[in-house]
Formats: sequence, C-alpha cells, structure tokens
Amino acid sequence: MNFAFYCDVIFGGLILGGLYALIAVGLSLQYGVARVLNVSHGEFIMLGAFATYSLHTFFGINPLLSLVITGPVIFFLAFLAHRTMFNRIRKTSPSVAAFEGNSLLASFGLLFIIQNIALLGWGPDIKGLHYLSGSINVFGTTYAINRLVALALALVTGIAFYLFLLYTRLGKAIRAAAQDRNTAQLMGVNIHKVLGFCFGLGAFMAALAGFLVSMMFEITPTMGLPYTIIAIIAVVLGGLGNILGSLIGGLILGLVGNVVMCFSPALSLVAYYIIFLLLILLKPTGILGK
Amino acid sequence: MIMDISKRGRYLWYGRGPILFSGLVLVAAILPLFMDPFTTISATNVFIYVVITLSWTLFSGPTRYISIATAAFFGMGIYTSALVGEMLPFPLVVCLGGLVSFILALLVGLSTLRLKGMYFNIFTFGLSELIRHSVLWWEVTITGTVGRWVVSVDPVPVYYSMLIILVITIAVSFFIGRSRYGLALRSVGQSEEAADHMGVNVTAVKVGVFAISAFFAGVTGSTMATRWSYIDPSIAFNPLFSFMPILMATFGGIGSITGQIIGATVLTLLADLLLTEFPYYYMLIYGIILVIVILFLPGGIMGIWESLITKRQKETNENT
Repeated sequence: MNFAFYCDVIFGGLILGGLYALIAVGLSLQYGVARVLNVSHGEFIMLGAFATYSLHTFFGINPLLSLVITGPVIFFLAFLAHRTMFNRIRKTSPSVAAFEGNSLLASFGLLFIIQNIALLGWGPDIKGLHYLSGSINVFGTTYAINRLVALALALVTGIAFYLFLLYTRLGKAIRAAAQDRNTAQLMGVNIHKVLGFCFGLGAFMAALAGFLVSMMFEITPTMGLPYTIIAIIAVVLGGLGNILGSLIGGLILGLVGNVVMCFSPALSLVAYYIIFLLLILLKPTGILGK
Repeated sequence: MIMDISKRGRYLWYGRGPILFSGLVLVAAILPLFMDPFTTISATNVFIYVVITLSWTLFSGPTRYISIATAAFFGMGIYTSALVGEMLPFPLVVCLGGLVSFILALLVGLSTLRLKGMYFNIFTFGLSELIRHSVLWWEVTITGTVGRWVVSVDPVPVYYSMLIILVITIAVSFFIGRSRYGLALRSVGQSEEAADHMGVNVTAVKVGVFAISAFFAGVTGSTMATRWSYIDPSIAFNPLFSFMPILMATFGGIGSITGQIIGATVLTLLADLLLTEFPYYYMLIYGIILVIVILFLPGGIMGIWESLITKRQKETNENT
C-alpha cells in the first residue's frame, strides 16, 4: 500500500475509464440525439474487436491500420440500420415514448441477430490478440504499451469529437437536433441525415472501443452485453442525453471499477450496479443534471 | 400495440368461450396419460413460457412500462426452490417461490415509483443483473460454491403443477383485464397524470399488479428449478428470461390473451425444434422475428387476425 500502488490503481482506472468513456459517448449519441437506447451497442464493440482480430490473424493487417477499414464499415452498417429500422419506427410511432419503447425492443432484436451471426461465424471460443503487449517504464512504474495506446486513442477521439461538435456545421446540427428536434428541422437541418449520422457515429466509437478491447482483453462473441450495461450506467451517471456527462460518467466508472477490482475482483460489477441503482433512485437526472 | 379490449374475451363469459376453455384444460389434464416423458417435458416448457409471457403482459401491456426484470423474479423462484426444496413438500416450495418474488416486487415497486419511461426500463434491467452478480459473489465468497443441486421432481407432477399455474394465470389475466384495476392500469398507460386526477390510486394499482405479475414468474421459476437439478446464478438469472416474455408477447399481440398464448406456444415449440440441431440459428431467428414484428406488425399475429376480420366485415357490409 505505497504511493506507487495508488498511482498504479489510479492510472489503470483512467485507462479503463477512457475506454468506458468512449463507449458511453457512443451510446449517448445514439440515445441523446437519435433517442434510441441501443442495447446492441456492445455488439458493435464485439464486431469491432473481431474485425480487428480477423484482419490481423488471417490477413496480417496491422490492427492500427485495420481501424481505417473497420471503422467506416461499421459506421455504414449502423447508418443503414438506422435508415431502415429506426427511421421507420420513428415515422410509425405515435409519440416519443412509444418510439423509445419500440426502438428498445428492436435493438434487442438487433442484439440477437448480430450476436448469433458472430457466433455462427467465429464460434463461441475465447480469442485474443497479441499486439503491442510489451511493457514500458514510465516514472518508475511499468505499463503495458497497448494500455498507453488505448488511453491516448481514447483521449484523442474524445477531444476530436468535442471539437467536431463545437465547430463544424454538422456538429452544430447534431447539438441542435439533441436540444429540439422539431425546431432544428424548421431551421433547415436534415434531420434524417443527422439522426442516422449520430447513430452511425455511435457505432463507430463502439468499433474503436472494440479495437482497444481486442488489444487488452480476451474477446468472445457474447462479450457485448456487459459493455452495453457499463455504457448505460455511465450514460445515466452523466445524465441521459448529456454527451459531456457520459464522458465524465465513463471515467468515474472506470476509476471506481479499477479500485474495487484491486480489493475484490468479483465485486466490481456489483459496485457498478449499486452506484447505478442508488443514482437512478436518488438523482435520476445524473451528476450533471439540473 | 394496445387495441380496444372492451370487445375482447367476451366469449369467456358466455357461449362457446367457457366450454372451449374448459375443454382445452380437460384435454391438457388427460394428455400426460398418453404422452411419453419427452413430450410431457416439452408441453411443460410451453406452459412455462405462456405463464411468464402472460405475467409480463399483465403489468407491462396496459401500462406500457417495459419491465426487463422477469429474470430476477424467475431466478428468485429458482433459488427458493434450491434452498428449501429438500425441507418442504413440492407445492409449498412453489408457493413460497412466488411469495418471495411477490415481496421483492413490492419492495422494488415501492422504491421505483417515481421512475417513468426509459428510467424504469433500465432500472428493471439493472436490478436483475445486480441480483445475479450479488448472488454469484455471495456463493463464491461466503458459501464457497457456485452452483447448487435441486431436488428433482418427476415430469408428470411438474406438468400438472404448471397446468394449474397456467389456468390460474389465464384467469387472473382475464379478470384483472376486465376489472376496475385493468381499466385503471390502462388509464395509467394512456396518461398517468390524467388517471391520477380521475381518482385512480396510481401507486397502489401499479405496485399491486407489478407484484402479482412477479408472483407468477416466481412460481414458474420454483417449478422450473426441479427440472434442472443443477443451477447456478447465470442459469437462474439468465437475462434471456427477461427478453423471452417481451418477444413472445410482442409476437403474439400485447392486447390479447389468446394472442400471447399462441405467440408463446409457437415460439417455444420453434425453440425446442431448433435448439438441439441449430443452437445459434434459433436466437438469430428470434431476433429477426422481433425486428419484423416491431417494424411491420405492431399488433403481433393477433393484429393480422384482427385486420382480416375487420376487412371481412367491411366487405360483408358493402355487399348488403
């Protein structure tokens, strides 16, 4: 229990938190803007992880490079899913509440479909990717390189995305649509395109997270759901629909998770749920909520 | 998804309805005498899914609160069975399982009153996962085991037990649906505030029916446990048991008891058929069915039936 140990725990928590933040921001885009609480979010993470794994194992493509292929492909798949499924549900649902309910159910369907196609394709076995698994010495403590890469990538993505939201036309359109969809439409925002884009972008972030997961942990086709749950908890922690809040929520969850994991590994998921249930009972609007 | 229920089920009061229903129950009661154990088990399976589908819809259908916590109540029933199965006679164990779930649902209901819409959905899902992981942690750290043995019971008593539960569930669904509470529930589903102003005790109605629906899930879990003989937290609290009733009810048609019975029966038989040979395909097919029903058949298969009847009535009206 010395200083180095605490540093280690905190740093590990930040890495985990960076990963969770990435996942949570993706889900937050899908829920906050497109109003789809996408329970198949974790399946896109799994797809990203397996795509990276397969491209590396069978074609020898560098995982960092494979991101250029998997990212856009998964973005496009999710965009298509939104255009065909959720858009239709949006048009046929009488109210926002009905849309949220129906799209939740539809995304459960999507979860089953993606997961079982993956099970058919890759089989149920646990797989792992050995990439950048060497270690490096920073300030007297040893870190695995892939974890540092993960943290850096999560940070870069987070900042890039934030700047994108603040300064580009599309980013402004997304923020407008998040605030008030109808008014945004009246102001000339092509709402179909923006919602589809948000859904796709959410999945893109999931694919990115999947790439990081494939470097750090073992992967299976059924690994998606726990990540979805963590993302949902992080999103609720930051306030449903609040993108910055989700980022902070993800970081907090990662830190707490790593601290609990150091003392009692089996309790980390229980800790998440207790945070989550207490939060939803005491302050459902999240830490940044009004 | 909720259609005009005032017309529905009137045949259960008079005419061929009660005769048909009691006839079917009678046939189901005699059947085990002629069936081999495998068919009996498979029929029990159908009963189990019909019961959890009906019990899910009892609360979530009219109120439109999507509860994803069936697995929690089902699992509580299973664990009750595992803990006291050796000490008590089978019917008592089953009732106790229902009671445990009932009390859990009361507590949950009372603590989550303020939650609406998406928050309620997420909370119920989180709850069943919390219970699963807590039980797992408890078993690993305190008890030092992961799984438990359950005293197994012969297929035929289990079949009869499930048949009785099924009949009670159908009766309760039917009578609650047509009682003041059913109307109150539907008004909550349409507009909670308006219902409150009309003098409906929203809290009591919601929590009460939620607990009743949990009771049936618990009873079913207790019965089901005797079939497995070995359980662990990931079997007992499998999230699939939360998704299945939603899928089956949506497929059958949430507004109609007959629709749900048909939906649950068809999908359970489909699962039995596919499970042994193509384990992954059946979940894949379920996913596709769920998406198609949500996209194109908002009333489920009963919705198709309904629209066929109205079409025919229109045609006869035009001809006369």
